Amino acid sequence: MNATRAIQKHKHAEAEGLPAIAIRGLSVRYGQHVALEDLTLEVPSGARVAVVGPNGAGKSTLFHVLAGVLTPDEGNVRVHEHRPTRYLCTAYVSQSRQLDWDFPVSVADVVMMGRTGLLGLLRRPGTADQEAVRDALNQMGIGELAERQVGALSGGQRQRMFVARALAQEAELLLLDEPLAGLDLSSQEQIFDILDVLRAQGVTVLVATHDLNLAVERFDHILLLKRHLLGFGDPEDVLTNENLHLAYGGHVEVIATSEGRKILGDMGGHHAHDEGGPHG
Amino acid sequence: MGIWVATTHMMKVARMVNWLLEPLSYAFMQRGLLAAIVVGIVCAVIGCYVVLRGMAFFGDALAHAILPGIAIGYLTTGSARGQLFWWALGAAILSSLGIGALSRVARLREDTAIGIVFSGMFALGIALISSVGSYAVDLAHFLFGNVLGVSQADLALTAIAGGLVLVLVFVFYKEFLLLAFDPVLAVTLRVPSRWLEMLLYLLIAVTVVVSLQTVGVALMVAMLVTPAATASLVTKRLPKMMALAAAIAAFSGVAGLYFSYYLSVASGAAIVLTCTAIFGLVWLGQSFVQWLGRAAVSN
Repeated sequence: MNATRAIQKHKHAEAEGLPAIAIRGLSVRYGQHVALEDLTLEVPSGARVAVVGPNGAGKSTLFHVLAGVLTPDEGNVRVHEHRPTRYLCTAYVSQSRQLDWDFPVSVADVVMMGRTGLLGLLRRPGTADQEAVRDALNQMGIGELAERQVGALSGGQRQRMFVARALAQEAELLLLDEPLAGLDLSSQEQIFDILDVLRAQGVTVLVATHDLNLAVERFDHILLLKRHLLGFGDPEDVLTNENLHLAYGGHVEVIATSEGRKILGDMGGHHAHDEGGPHG
Repeated sequence: MGIWVATTHMMKVARMVNWLLEPLSYAFMQRGLLAAIVVGIVCAVIGCYVVLRGMAFFGDALAHAILPGIAIGYLTTGSARGQLFWWALGAAILSSLGIGALSRVARLREDTAIGIVFSGMFALGIALISSVGSYAVDLAHFLFGNVLGVSQADLALTAIAGGLVLVLVFVFYKEFLLLAFDPVLAVTLRVPSRWLEMLLYLLIAVTVVVSLQTVGVALMVAMLVTPAATASLVTKRLPKMMALAAAIAAFSGVAGLYFSYYLSVASGAAIVLTCTAIFGLVWLGQSFVQWLGRAAVSN
């Protein structure tokens, strides 16, 4: 019942051509440090956006604002017409190293956590919630891992668990912070298969990543960030040599090859742990 | 011959039963055992969150910081336990608010804030108690507990407050679990994190206060941490961990009191030592099993 409600709400928004995310004049500061300055953009509903930029560009900060974890100093942010803090259908998956993987919970327990907000205080999960959790796990292909302790999962399985949690949450906006970091190629492929499923369901997905080539190949929008918005739109239009120089200094170049454009150079990501902090 | 063996066997059993029953003939032992069981269960259940969230230092600090509350209650009303309870609870709430304010407003690291509040409050408590003549005896009771001095009214208060803590842990189970595992997710799901966090602190404070008479201020943290830590070695599921921790703590309470009775050891210390011994045994046993497993694999 909840699922149909969420989908109807979404279709309603899409029918009227309203953006999933509308940001105007967004600025965030941590004391003296400016994390984001004067961001203005609209993300269409159902888009798959790669959020790229060097370390400390403000990717995680942007996600925190969209998830309603952080209140911006200036500007106006709307997610499906709501303030981020008033909108329940945003799923935010932070960088997974910030969690305690020895914690005594099963995979199903973690996915069930996604339904805490829908349930509200005092109500206990019922059969409908159990079913939603099972469906989400099966959809992510990890149904047989439901009773495992979370620490027993591989990196790729963990990401799938988090996406399953977002499905159980009936999310319409999914924010994934560095989901591809440290995954092998086949696990990365599985994540993209999942993103395809989500696209079919009309879920808007933002993915922070350091891999510019993946961003070009696998996403329909790119959001290039370095405190300011350097570009948002088609990969070809955004990742120009000029923009890349602005973002990364002289360390990154676009090269035309027979298979298309390739981006070479030091895109960061080696010090990815800097990203989690307030300067991320 | 057969009769003789049977008789000695029966005598052994009778001696054993007598060993177990003799302490129960005293009303103060009955009350003490019940108090130890209730306190053990409540401490162990809330202690699971203390362990999982890494709040052991906070729990220890809270236990010490209630001393001035007890001292004031003691100085103004004598040993009327009901009054002591409220004074102690007041001191606990004041301390946790103080710690929160120091770490947020003064921008101190939380463990530094805990250190400042905890030692200051503890010193205030000692200063207050030392102004009375029978200082040493009274202080010892507060520091190390006196479970055998539990009155009927104390027991009732312990059971009601402890039961309330357990009910709230059950009612807010999914919220506390979420908050402990992924506080950022809790915020994105619009769960009232601040309130729930304060509720958890309050529940820990109530637990500490009701446990005061059983194990005392100085050994409190053992009741919060040791049974839960022991259970966490064995199981990777929170409900099981809570149940197992509660069972270990309740058993330790009973066993500790028997040791205390027969070996003339301080009751609080005997209970905590039993908890510690169980932890040691489980840990050793687990290491041994793991070693066997590795040996089997390498063969």
